[in-house]
Amino acid sequence: MNKRSNKCSAAERINAGLTRRRAVERLFRYTGLLALLLGLTFLCVLFFSIISKGYTAFQQTYIQLEIHFDEQKLDPSGERVYEVLSTADYGGLVKQSLRAAFPMVASRQEQRLLYDLISFGAAYQLRDRILADPALVGQTSRVWVTASDDVDMLVKGYIKRDVPEAERRLRDVQLAWLDTLETEARLSLKFNTAFFTSGDSREPELAGIWGALMGSILTLSVTLALSFPIGVATAVYLEEFAPRNRWSDLIEVNINNLAAVPSIVFGLLGLAVFINFMSFPRSASLVGGLVLTLMTLPTIIIASRAALRAVPPSIREAALGVGASKMQTVFFHVLPLALPGMLTGTIIGMAQALGETAPLLMIGMVAFIVDIPANIFEPATVLPVQIFLWVDSPERAFIERTSAAIMVLLGFLIAMNALAVILRKKLERRW
Amino acid sequence: MQIFILLFILAAMTAISFYLGRQRALAVAGGNVLTLNSLPGYYGYYMALWCAIPALFIVALWLFFESAIVASVVIASLPDAFITLPEQQLNLVLNEIVNLAKDNISAGQVSPEITAAAQLYNLIQTISSGLLFVLVVTLGAGGAVFAWSRIHVQQRARNKVERTVLIFLMICSTIAIFTTLGIVLSVLFEAMRFFQMVPLTDFLLGLEWSPQTAIRSDQVGSSGAFGAVPLFAGTLLVSVIAMTVAVPLGLMTAIYLSEYASPAIRARSKPLLEILAGIPTVVYGFFAALTVAPLVRGWGESLGLSVSSESALAAGVVMGIMIIPFVSSLSDDAINAVPQSLRDGAYALGATQSETIRKVIVPAALPGIAGGILLAVSRAIGETMIVVMAAGLAANLTANPLESVTTVTVQIVTLLVGDQEFDSPKTLAAFALGLMLFAVTLTLNVIALYIVRKYREQYE
Repeated sequence: MNKRSNKCSAAERINAGLTRRRAVERLFRYTGLLALLLGLTFLCVLFFSIISKGYTAFQQTYIQLEIHFDEQKLDPSGERVYEVLSTADYGGLVKQSLRAAFPMVASRQEQRLLYDLISFGAAYQLRDRILADPALVGQTSRVWVTASDDVDMLVKGYIKRDVPEAERRLRDVQLAWLDTLETEARLSLKFNTAFFTSGDSREPELAGIWGALMGSILTLSVTLALSFPIGVATAVYLEEFAPRNRWSDLIEVNINNLAAVPSIVFGLLGLAVFINFMSFPRSASLVGGLVLTLMTLPTIIIASRAALRAVPPSIREAALGVGASKMQTVFFHVLPLALPGMLTGTIIGMAQALGETAPLLMIGMVAFIVDIPANIFEPATVLPVQIFLWVDSPERAFIERTSAAIMVLLGFLIAMNALAVILRKKLERRW
Repeated sequence: MQIFILLFILAAMTAISFYLGRQRALAVAGGNVLTLNSLPGYYGYYMALWCAIPALFIVALWLFFESAIVASVVIASLPDAFITLPEQQLNLVLNEIVNLAKDNISAGQVSPEITAAAQLYNLIQTISSGLLFVLVVTLGAGGAVFAWSRIHVQQRARNKVERTVLIFLMICSTIAIFTTLGIVLSVLFEAMRFFQMVPLTDFLLGLEWSPQTAIRSDQVGSSGAFGAVPLFAGTLLVSVIAMTVAVPLGLMTAIYLSEYASPAIRARSKPLLEILAGIPTVVYGFFAALTVAPLVRGWGESLGLSVSSESALAAGVVMGIMIIPFVSSLSDDAINAVPQSLRDGAYALGATQSETIRKVIVPAALPGIAGGILLAVSRAIGETMIVVMAAGLAANLTANPLESVTTVTVQIVTLLVGDQEFDSPKTLAAFALGLMLFAVTLTLNVIALYIVRKYREQYE
């Protein structure tokens, strides 16, 4: 009787605890789900904040001016030679046209405010037009020129009209002139081609990412040309030829550790060895490529070794069995089968290298460079560094440009990773 | 540019050598290929290697020593007044000569001696590149002819080619060792020079960090203080904040994904989380500086706290977000390595799923998880761009996450960006910090990798 009641109470005790235990179970489970959702939310917030800040940068405000390409001002001799046409005073044309459009503006101070509506890059746009077609000299035509960054910010709504004049970057008179232009349909947002075709500039409305993109391409070319062959060769040696001894263990430990060394340390190495000791040119994409090569090698080696290991031994045995040498077996039979995996690893390594900033700061790729780099010895900057430089710029208009540059960078990264995934799905064989 | 033309010519010669070698082997065999020791292609490779390797070796030597030799010849040609100049000024003169010779531009007036030297420089350059050209072409051709003359039926061409390839593979594999060696030596060497100027104890125990050294010796104040404790404290503070965000979130995500989630959810959300790890750190820095920092400031001020615009909290939280996938994928591996039998045993005893996870699986996977967290800490310590952009530069010794702090990596960047002199303690301090950073992260990595490997073996 006593025993029986004890049993009963044990079951009761378990039952009594069950509600609480199930509640804990649910709570734990939802905490896990919450953690996952929180992580994904961060991702969404990150993308949303960048896209919402940056999408406006793909458009740029332009103002239509009626420009009279005055022969007296541009080319009085009438010979239309390049030297004369390229050095003429195009800024004057812009100012003249503005004065003609707003004849009531008289005082010097107001005139200066009026000129501020137009970017000083407008003069270069007119010059390029004339150089492309010298027949325009002496004629009058309507030209869309880039507006200044303040006007751009106003049109895009970043500068509010309702704040007091003293706190606004644009004066009331300037707003009135812009309203006139708008009613005449001479103020409009158009696709911002300059952003994709020009180099860096101190003026946000003229700054573009093409120079940085070119620098990234050059740097990554150096990295790819060096790290892929060296990485594959190392992996092949370690996986297929190296005897198991202390030396190969040492190499392996080194590779694993290098994979986790902070990237900035590679920058220190690049500065001390490539620039200080070997005196390579500073800021050149060659040095950037070399540093990134050392940084991505571990990634490529580890991926390539995994790919080689995935090739079944039967392939090797079959090749050796019909009389191939060890080297022939590896190069004609094992390597082609492992290549998709190696390529995937390489693309992922390249994506890492494309997003890397810190080591490139060390070797001087942070200089303000307007020119588009043409080869790997010229000073260059890369896309992430350009982003870093723009974040530090005080102008409001650089924020949207930074976000737009980030969108381009992320676009490239996503494309590269998607390519890696597709390659893996299409080419990789499961044994 | 000339070097590319030269390399192109060499590549063409190599290709021709391959073809000729193969033809030669076929000719030697007299129509019966089976009498050859190796496949005909190997004789081609043999000849191509003889053509390319010696010539490339000379090119490499030339590139390495050319500028130094040319510089010394040009300097020797200068009048005595220049030669007696101190080394730094001599370097400036040399720079001027090189600039004048290359681009025909120079700053200000040019003395006739410099112009003459620039002309000499150009002359030597021309002679040197001509010499290199002749040398490379002769060596390439000579090597090819030598190999061509040695091709006969019994020659073991395949073995020789394969041995060369093997040597190439071995050399490639040593690059990892040379990289580590290069890091250690370059950082150590410059750090030693720093410690000659600033005592090690001042660096490790000093409480004040202001690396601005006086430009003139008679300048007031600012002799530079290199006490790194505020930097270590700042690094620690940011890393601790990052880990308090990343460890719970990452671990719970890993537990949910590996134990609860359906395969479909797992397959979709894992790659999405991995995106977080693939986003460049400069993007996180932008996010931290322009989105999170104002947010933190706004919240703090609405609670009546004073928050500086660059706070350790903003940088730490964003860094934590970045590390979540890192922690979660490493913990995921560790949890998946726990054998199913342990789970089954716990269920058989009547444990609920969460009890199994908390009391059985996590303890069993703990070494692996700990290893993963250590790797994540090492990554947080070495992370640069987020803290550069969001944590600030002021070396405050504080534990208040709402104040701005600075970290080791931030200081390395600020000390080394821009022009550097390699003899000032300011620049060298960056290498001393780099040494500390490398030593700490290396130790963490070695311990973590050891733990992870040990643990993996336990269940295999």
